[in-house]
Amino acid sequence: MNKLLLKPAAKPLVFGLALLPFAWLVYGAFANALGVNPAEAIIRSTGDWTLRLLCVTLAVTPLRQITGWNALARLRRMLGLFTFFYGSLHFLGFAWLDMGLDVEAIVKDIVKRPFILVGSAALLLMVPLAATSFNRAIKALGTARWQMLHKLVYATALLGLLHVFWMRAGKNDFGEWSIYAAVMAVLLGWRVSKRLRRTAKGLGHTPQPGDTTPRSA
Amino acid sequence: MHLIKDRGFVHPVASEITPQGVYQGRRRWMQALVAGTAGTALGALPWQALAQTSPARPNKLAPLPGVRSTVAGALAMDKLTPYIDISTYNNFYEFGTDKSDPARTAGSLKTRPWTVAIEGEVKKPGNFDLETLRKLAPMEERIYRLRCVEGWSMVVPWVGYSLAELIKRVEPTGNAKYVQFVTLADKAQMPGLNGGSLDWPYVEGLRMDEAMHPLAMLAFGLYGEVMPNQNGAPVRAVLPWKYGFKSGKSIVKIRFVEKQPKTSWEVAIPQEYGFYSNVNPKVDHPRWSQATERRIGEDGLFTKKRPTLMFNGYEAQVGQLYTGMDLKKFF
Repeated sequence: MNKLLLKPAAKPLVFGLALLPFAWLVYGAFANALGVNPAEAIIRSTGDWTLRLLCVTLAVTPLRQITGWNALARLRRMLGLFTFFYGSLHFLGFAWLDMGLDVEAIVKDIVKRPFILVGSAALLLMVPLAATSFNRAIKALGTARWQMLHKLVYATALLGLLHVFWMRAGKNDFGEWSIYAAVMAVLLGWRVSKRLRRTAKGLGHTPQPGDTTPRSA
Repeated sequence: MHLIKDRGFVHPVASEITPQGVYQGRRRWMQALVAGTAGTALGALPWQALAQTSPARPNKLAPLPGVRSTVAGALAMDKLTPYIDISTYNNFYEFGTDKSDPARTAGSLKTRPWTVAIEGEVKKPGNFDLETLRKLAPMEERIYRLRCVEGWSMVVPWVGYSLAELIKRVEPTGNAKYVQFVTLADKAQMPGLNGGSLDWPYVEGLRMDEAMHPLAMLAFGLYGEVMPNQNGAPVRAVLPWKYGFKSGKSIVKIRFVEKQPKTSWEVAIPQEYGFYSNVNPKVDHPRWSQATERRIGEDGLFTKKRPTLMFNGYEAQVGQLYTGMDLKKFF
């Protein structure tokens, strides 16, 4: 598996896959294939993909440590940036298709509607992460500080879940939400339990083979 | 998808709009002319076509014709929403919470035999079967705007008659202050009932004077055909000045009661849904604005949403029902 992941084609392949939902929406918008309410379809779909990619991004580290497929780490930054990409499209969809880019109306709406406020906060917290995603930023900040900063992703995950929960509360329909919540609970729970075990043993971070990238997320 | 900016403010005056039937008749006439059969066409076709002003039938279900309604406000001048959109974008939670669910799953609904029970404070209670209900009053075609609480709207050519026709025949007693609608809840036919998003059956209600208003409608069809299952077959309420969810679908019981009945949404989320639920751009839903709406099938992707009208544009007809009421309090 590691060998496969290290192949030069691995990264472009994942890049292409992560771009597929966006490509479909662009095609659908022009081919009129997004159903009866295309604006709603675009806003929903970009939101769904933000949450899905956030789950995938957060799954990289647990998967890598459990399976030893350390080459997975090569994909984490790209997946994180795609999460931010879809999150930004989601917000743009809301601001443009729902609010007609009327800044006053957007600000009023964000303040008025808690679930939009929470969603906007989740996106805002991703901005510093995306802005410091390149190698020189890691060097400039220093690994420790960079890792601290990138712990913000956990806040984004929780706010994102709350955003969907409040949105679904209108229909009393939490089926889909509970799947995302369960996945997030496993991914975050794994980190908490690992931290607890380490503290119990009185050990700090033990370096592991292939553990060269910052390992916060 | 069209990118032309239509902000929804500029409407042509009623007299300038060519009814669909007329221009379709004109097209048919021209087609006939081109086909070289102008002689026959002039003799029979165009005049008949001109007289027929109903929208073209989609030819999906059994025909259910109606005469053009003469009730004030019953024939909106707005462009009709295409049949395909009306019949594939539905909120009918008994068949699933996604708006594409009902069109897929409502095939399991059995609309025959069907009876509507009339109960409570009436002199003539009883069970009306569908055939009796259909013959109770002449079928009318009415073009109503439909505004969903979620912020989208459609224009639907319904077929049916005023709910008042039924109410008058069952003779409510002096104690009848409210009307309650109970809709079908059968797990065998309705997969959404397992979801548990609301308490079933779905119930709705009206004040007696609201129910007696001529615009309050009992609908049996749309686009000149019987009601598609996903739109609430075989009989549903249509209340054009209220948010769509007030118009109960697949009604099985109508009760006349003295006390204001609780509605399903009031029970589920009391801070968000009240008894009246009149379309009102000035009273926002707690989680979103109600000032604007997106017209389904008409407004382009980048078209700014159009302003929502007070009582969905039926203020002239129904406004007097609510004089002196604080509509912020009675939402």
